[in-house]
Amino acid sequence: MKVPVSWLSEHVDLPAGTGVEELDAVFVRQGLEVEEVLRVPETTGPLVVGRVLVIEELTGFKKPIRHVQVDVGDPEPQGIVCGARNFAVDDLVVVALPGAVLPGDFAIAARTTYGRVSDGMICSSRELGVGEDHDGILVLGRGTDGPAPGTPAGPVVGTDDVVFDLEVTTDRGYCMAIRGIAREVAGALGVDWRDPAAATPPAWPGEPAWTVEVADPARCDRFSVLAMEGLDPTAPSPWWLRRRLAQSGIRSISLAVDVTNLVMVELGQPMHAFDRDAVRGPVVVRTAAPGERLTTLDGVDRALDADDLLITDDSGPIGLAGVMGGASTEISGTTTAVLLEAAHWEPTGIARGVRRHKLPSEAAKRFERGTDPDVTVVALARAASLLAEHGGARVVGGVVDVDARAPRPQIVLDADRPARVAGIPISSDQVIDSLTTVGCTVGAEGGRLAVTPPSWRPDLTDPADLVEEVVRAVGYDEIPSVLPTVPPGRGLTPTQRRRRAVGRALAEAGYVEAPAYPFVGRTALEALGLPTEGLLTLRNPISEQEPALRTSLLPGLLATLARNLGRGQRDLAVFEHGAVFPPGDGAVAPLPAVDRRPDDETLAALLGAVPAQPWHVAVALAGNREPRGWWGPGRPAVWADAVQAARLVADAAGVELTVRAGDQAPWHPGRCAELLVGDTVVGHAGELHPRVCAALELPARTSVMELDVDALPDRPVAQGPAISAFPPVRMDAALVVAEDRPESAVRAALVSGAGELLEGLRLFDLYTGTQVGEGNRSLAYAFVFRAPDRTLTGEEAQAAFDAAVAAATQATGAVLRG
Amino acid sequence: MSGANDPYDPKQVAALSADALDAAVAAGVAAFDGAADLEALAAVRPAHLGDRAPVLLARRELGALPPAARKDAGQRVNAARVALTDTHAARLAVLEAERDERVLAEERVDVTLPFDRAPRGARHPLTTLQDRIADVFVGMGYEVAEGPELESEWLNFDALNTGPDHPARSLADTFFVAPEGSGLVLRTHTSPVQARTMLERTPPIYVVAPGRVYRTDELDATHTPVFHQVEGLAVDRGLTMAHLRGTLEALAKALFGDDAQIRWRPHFFPFTEPSAEFDVFFPEHRDGPQWVEWGGCGMVNPRVLTACGIDPEVYSGFAFGMGIERALQFRHGVGDMRDIVEGDVRFTRAFGVEQ
Repeated sequence: MKVPVSWLSEHVDLPAGTGVEELDAVFVRQGLEVEEVLRVPETTGPLVVGRVLVIEELTGFKKPIRHVQVDVGDPEPQGIVCGARNFAVDDLVVVALPGAVLPGDFAIAARTTYGRVSDGMICSSRELGVGEDHDGILVLGRGTDGPAPGTPAGPVVGTDDVVFDLEVTTDRGYCMAIRGIAREVAGALGVDWRDPAAATPPAWPGEPAWTVEVADPARCDRFSVLAMEGLDPTAPSPWWLRRRLAQSGIRSISLAVDVTNLVMVELGQPMHAFDRDAVRGPVVVRTAAPGERLTTLDGVDRALDADDLLITDDSGPIGLAGVMGGASTEISGTTTAVLLEAAHWEPTGIARGVRRHKLPSEAAKRFERGTDPDVTVVALARAASLLAEHGGARVVGGVVDVDARAPRPQIVLDADRPARVAGIPISSDQVIDSLTTVGCTVGAEGGRLAVTPPSWRPDLTDPADLVEEVVRAVGYDEIPSVLPTVPPGRGLTPTQRRRRAVGRALAEAGYVEAPAYPFVGRTALEALGLPTEGLLTLRNPISEQEPALRTSLLPGLLATLARNLGRGQRDLAVFEHGAVFPPGDGAVAPLPAVDRRPDDETLAALLGAVPAQPWHVAVALAGNREPRGWWGPGRPAVWADAVQAARLVADAAGVELTVRAGDQAPWHPGRCAELLVGDTVVGHAGELHPRVCAALELPARTSVMELDVDALPDRPVAQGPAISAFPPVRMDAALVVAEDRPESAVRAALVSGAGELLEGLRLFDLYTGTQVGEGNRSLAYAFVFRAPDRTLTGEEAQAAFDAAVAAATQATGAVLRG
Repeated sequence: MSGANDPYDPKQVAALSADALDAAVAAGVAAFDGAADLEALAAVRPAHLGDRAPVLLARRELGALPPAARKDAGQRVNAARVALTDTHAARLAVLEAERDERVLAEERVDVTLPFDRAPRGARHPLTTLQDRIADVFVGMGYEVAEGPELESEWLNFDALNTGPDHPARSLADTFFVAPEGSGLVLRTHTSPVQARTMLERTPPIYVVAPGRVYRTDELDATHTPVFHQVEGLAVDRGLTMAHLRGTLEALAKALFGDDAQIRWRPHFFPFTEPSAEFDVFFPEHRDGPQWVEWGGCGMVNPRVLTACGIDPEVYSGFAFGMGIERALQFRHGVGDMRDIVEGDVRFTRAFGVEQ
């Protein structure tokens, strides 16, 4: 909402010297966010009002040119050459005299042009920076009907005016009008103001001028019409009107349309002007019938919805109520008779229409926030008087006023409620004063107030709404800081601590967290060999290429990896942890009423329809895991790093992970580890399938891991081990075993065979070659044996060692290498 | 060599004479002090302190002396031996020190060499900042509540007093899950966690809910369709706007320093009444101390309490929410939203593991 200070001050007695900063502060305090303060670009030097005395038409040039004698208040007239033709003798114009500098660093000097000396310039609105008009020069008035020649023109045309662009929240439609803003400012400053809607409309004599029927009073509780004739279709909108509209961001179209727009901005009542002679028969307000269409003012032929509320005549729809008029009854260049309409519409219906037809008009912006149903006839009167004054039109017949307004229900408010909510003392008188200032009628009865909100405040329905009005009047700044006494909490939940631990463990192991958007599409899914069907999709995705919600973190993480590679990184280790969205069972989430808690069954259906969204973690590695340096060559990231990342995660989560060979897209079938906790597969890790690397243009041997953190069991309570201070016995063994036996099987057998004396077991070498025979490999282990209660003898350690090897031999065929 | 029972023969025990001992000591001291290094010292040691060194030989002769002379001679021999031992020890210490110094000097390394062998990881600042904010509230006694990102329309809108015709409930603002009428959306704010919390718990409730939220904005320097908020909710007997302000101020000071302040501007949210937007005064702002818009807050609308089964005549509540990206932008001077969302490791590494 754009608010020119000059317009505001016509209605509010702003204290002398109220500056832009003071007003800015007032707006902010009232909850009207100042988006921008617009000022007219500066003009310096002499800029005065002039009166045209003589016009001499110059001929012989490519275009018509005038040499004009203008009275600028000096004894001698000023001779000025001018290319515009939209003025006549006696018109009052704006003259920039030599020495003036107009916006855009446009310096005016006396110069010879078209064979004449031009001693200045007659200005257009655009040249002055006060409007967009550049079809001709700016005509302020005629003869003595305006400021005297020589008067400084800046204040007259408003080069010193300031326009506040305010953001009005959706609950406060009344602030979409100068009337409402004036009320707010006057209330905040405690000064007098004049309500432009306070005027009593004239009692137009005669029968109602038109037949009007409202078939849907629930969506239209007031519909008022006034007929006018004798409008001069060529009469231009006066300069001040065009300027007001320009300041409000509205284009000037014709006098009739401009007047309705001015009244809309002034009073907040959007209006429509129909060409009366194009309206066929009685006007009926009703919803659309099947198959009906309407061509709106913007020339678009629209199919109508059964929910669309229409203004119709015998020919069918002639307007989409509250949103946009129809083309068939549009005011034209020959219109001399008009029907002025001002109505009150139910806001949510208008909002639906705006959304359905994607037609966010200035009128709809006001109607969907809620307008004042009491001002329809006032608005008609204001428009009629302007059309009479500037267009020669006269009212014919009486006003039509189909009025089904219901009385406004009272709100009962405990007088101490605002104080209880705000946490500061607010007296009953203060409460009554504040509410009266915003226009409420307040009756007091003991400690309770019976409050009737004003007609322009449909947002005030609950005691809480009234509380906000009171606290806003008192001032939010008055509320002190007090910390509540919070009962003791239990800290983070185990799940929350686990998620943090996982992220921190990976970061400390050199992985960089890189969260991606959870949107995926067919291309990436196919490249990874992941399912492309049966996914949850969005009706309105950001990109049609990525309509689905991820079921794996890998598409996003690999895209991040690729982006970093594309930006010149080589050695990368990245991770993400976050929710994935596997499809649920397709249950529809119900939408129960909100006047009470939903019953248990409905609530269960509601919560159950929301699919589970497990928390996953994934890593991706490319390039070197350790860089080359003066210590030696770099170590490339391999499948084992990805598996190790899974072990880190499990460790951070406090659970034991087992690993076995797996085969799962998008991994390399021979380099894919299946990750298990107990018997549950929780994820996979290893090297990407070479085809995937090729498809995604990733380096060969890029390795990834993904696991479902939520599938990990709760962390068991760790038990403190008994620490033995007796010396250990260390022994090594090299075991030759068939290559297809997993190391984990050998290790498991060794551990179980060694018994309780085994304190540690570590694989320290892996060898394949001729010495161990084709198809075999040698696994070299370091054992640490220790007893809890004595110094272990060599014989005891040897016995445990032999038992371990025997178990491995039995389980895996491993043979101790000599 | 004389036996113990041999008669005393002064000529035979000349080695015990004072002169002889002095000469032996002098020779030894000269040899030890003259040794240039540990090898030389080791080489000369046997001649002066070895089994066959004069002082040691002299000591063996003591037994041949009559008892009367033995004490005196014994003291002399001992003194000579101690003098030689001390001299040797002193020289050994000097030479060892010299050797150690030399070796340590030879072992000198360039301690400025980089050893960035283990790559440096980092957590995303959005994560660490959310954790940090959660920690502030956990410290106040709050608990961290959670809810799903894919949420029911009812919890995201209806339960929060945002009716079916509210403009936010359109395809232009909210991601809806197909098919039409699924009743599911990507949550547009963390506020449904409020509703879930009130449906699950009974007052007193003090929770904070960080999380990821969605709106249908295109990614540009100032917008992202996927962003993060932290929502706070308190429902208890007698909570007031003063408590809300106190809580926000405590958070502001924890995150932005003791000089941080909070300022309210009246605003409208369907789920709070009265409502305000709040700014934080951030003294350390890159462009100088200033007020920065941060979030929205208000007293929980009694209608929301009712929809969640809490009696608004008994309990009142406050709620607040703020953008994490926004806080990241002004707290850490991040100019372009795209840097936050694109996952460039150079950006994230700058923030380390903890904020």
